[in-house]
Amino acid sequence: MSSRGRRRRGEDLTKVLFVAPAALAMLALFGYPVLKNLMMSLQDYTLRTFFTGQAPWVGLRNYTTVVTDQLFSQAMVNTALFTIGSIAFQFAAGLALALFFRRRFPLSNLLRSLLLLPWLLPLIVSSATWRSILEQDSGILNRTLTGLGLINDPVPWLNSPSVALIAVIGVNIWIGIPFNVTLLYSGLADIPQELYEAGQLDGATGWRGFRYITWPNLRAVASVLLVLGVVYTIKVLDIILGLTGGGPANATQTLATQSYQRSFVDFKFGEGAALSNILIAISLLFAVVYLRGTRRAVDE
Amino acid sequence: MSDSAVRRAIYTAIGVLILAMMLFPVYWMVNASLQPSGNTLTAGFLPLNPTFEGYRRALSEQGRNLVTSVLIAGGTVVLCLLISAPCAYALSQFRSRWVGIGLLAILVSQMIPGIVIANALYTAYERLGLLNSIPGLIVANCSSGIPFAILILRSFMLSLPPSLVEAARVDGAGLFRAFVAIVLPISRNSLITAGLFTFLFSWSDFLFALTLTTKGRVRPVTLGIYQYLGTQVQNWNAVMATAVLSAIPAIVLLVVAQKYIAAGAIGGAVK
Repeated sequence: MSSRGRRRRGEDLTKVLFVAPAALAMLALFGYPVLKNLMMSLQDYTLRTFFTGQAPWVGLRNYTTVVTDQLFSQAMVNTALFTIGSIAFQFAAGLALALFFRRRFPLSNLLRSLLLLPWLLPLIVSSATWRSILEQDSGILNRTLTGLGLINDPVPWLNSPSVALIAVIGVNIWIGIPFNVTLLYSGLADIPQELYEAGQLDGATGWRGFRYITWPNLRAVASVLLVLGVVYTIKVLDIILGLTGGGPANATQTLATQSYQRSFVDFKFGEGAALSNILIAISLLFAVVYLRGTRRAVDE
Repeated sequence: MSDSAVRRAIYTAIGVLILAMMLFPVYWMVNASLQPSGNTLTAGFLPLNPTFEGYRRALSEQGRNLVTSVLIAGGTVVLCLLISAPCAYALSQFRSRWVGIGLLAILVSQMIPGIVIANALYTAYERLGLLNSIPGLIVANCSSGIPFAILILRSFMLSLPPSLVEAARVDGAGLFRAFVAIVLPISRNSLITAGLFTFLFSWSDFLFALTLTTKGRVRPVTLGIYQYLGTQVQNWNAVMATAVLSAIPAIVLLVVAQKYIAAGAIGGAVK
């Protein structure tokens, strides 16, 4: 073999070595868990398994168990409300703020970067802080609202089944706004200024400018953002566990909290795995359908 | 003042108002941490009689957990960067059909809920004796760190001209040496950005801490806060003091790496 050929061979090996650790890590941290979950969801995998080493195959029984559970439909509805409510308001507020910060004014960049803080805080820190703000009797929100005469009796934000989900969604919106502002702002910054100058000649200013120039050019970023939003929001656990733990009376129970509950509170890993597989299927389905739809829209 | 100057001043005022509203909870966290102990019923809008009692308690009760969190987050950064940097370089410079597959795998991995990973790792860790251990949590945290670090580093390394490394190669350096001697130093800023984010992710981790520890021995501070919240909270000032201490990495990231944050958020999300 020529020395050149040998060198090439060695090089190919080096190239493989560049990727191998990451590939192995991804297999161990994503490939293995997904396969393991698929298997566990078909097994009677409980705490006993750790002692006996036995996890009998039960077919789809775990799936039928979790789906026919009376909590399942409530968890589905809550997950849908939580996801749609969070994303709709995060996106709308994020877009409004991104458009606002596009205007040139002193301190604009500084203010926009400081806005990121809620997104960077550990979620459990945000949960704890909001818990103290939303406390029924002593929380600052109720004290302020009663002080202003807007309400007569303190609202049990986290203790009432009819209000808790709204409160949890509200906190999640607060956390998500900065990320939406950042991505939408960068999307806005990528729109060439000439388009607006040309649009101005045709009278496309103000709302018409937004409708015919900004929005079409922002659509690619917006669709990625919405898909990411669904994928991230649908699996949120920290915020709900920190604020309400899924209560009161399961009012804030979602597929993710249910999955956690079954695996790590009830130690029924098979059922927890079945629920989380349903969760993956939903986000995958959503991502594929949505991205295919928007790709067509963008291509046209 | 001219008309447009007035308008710009008004915009700044509105911007400050928006920021004040968005950051009020953060202010409230600091304020409550300085209030005398007891519930927040008596807490005023300003800490007029600030006390550091909350911090004293936080440090004595959560000090060890803070150290645990530092060790876990630091370990995760080191392991993640060691694994991600060469891969990011390969994905940015090597031409192969595998590049597309690798990127797709990273994107799909973002859809896997942490609870799935926790479920599988719990059973594996149980057998490997990695439950309740710092290395166990470091490895678990790499699941959020590695894909993110690869994406951030790759989007920077895409801009490196191939001639840079080729020049070194002509002088006889191997691919690996050229990578270490040339690519890594140039990529310093993106390594810092990826490292800071990875630190923050694993510092903020709650799910793995909650599921992969069963005893009190190894307990990151996020779990410490959760346990404070578990019962009726008696001392909000200690809870909020712990929250403030736990917010420090986020604040450092915001101040030190401000200009990289937007780039990082975008690089991790879109590219």
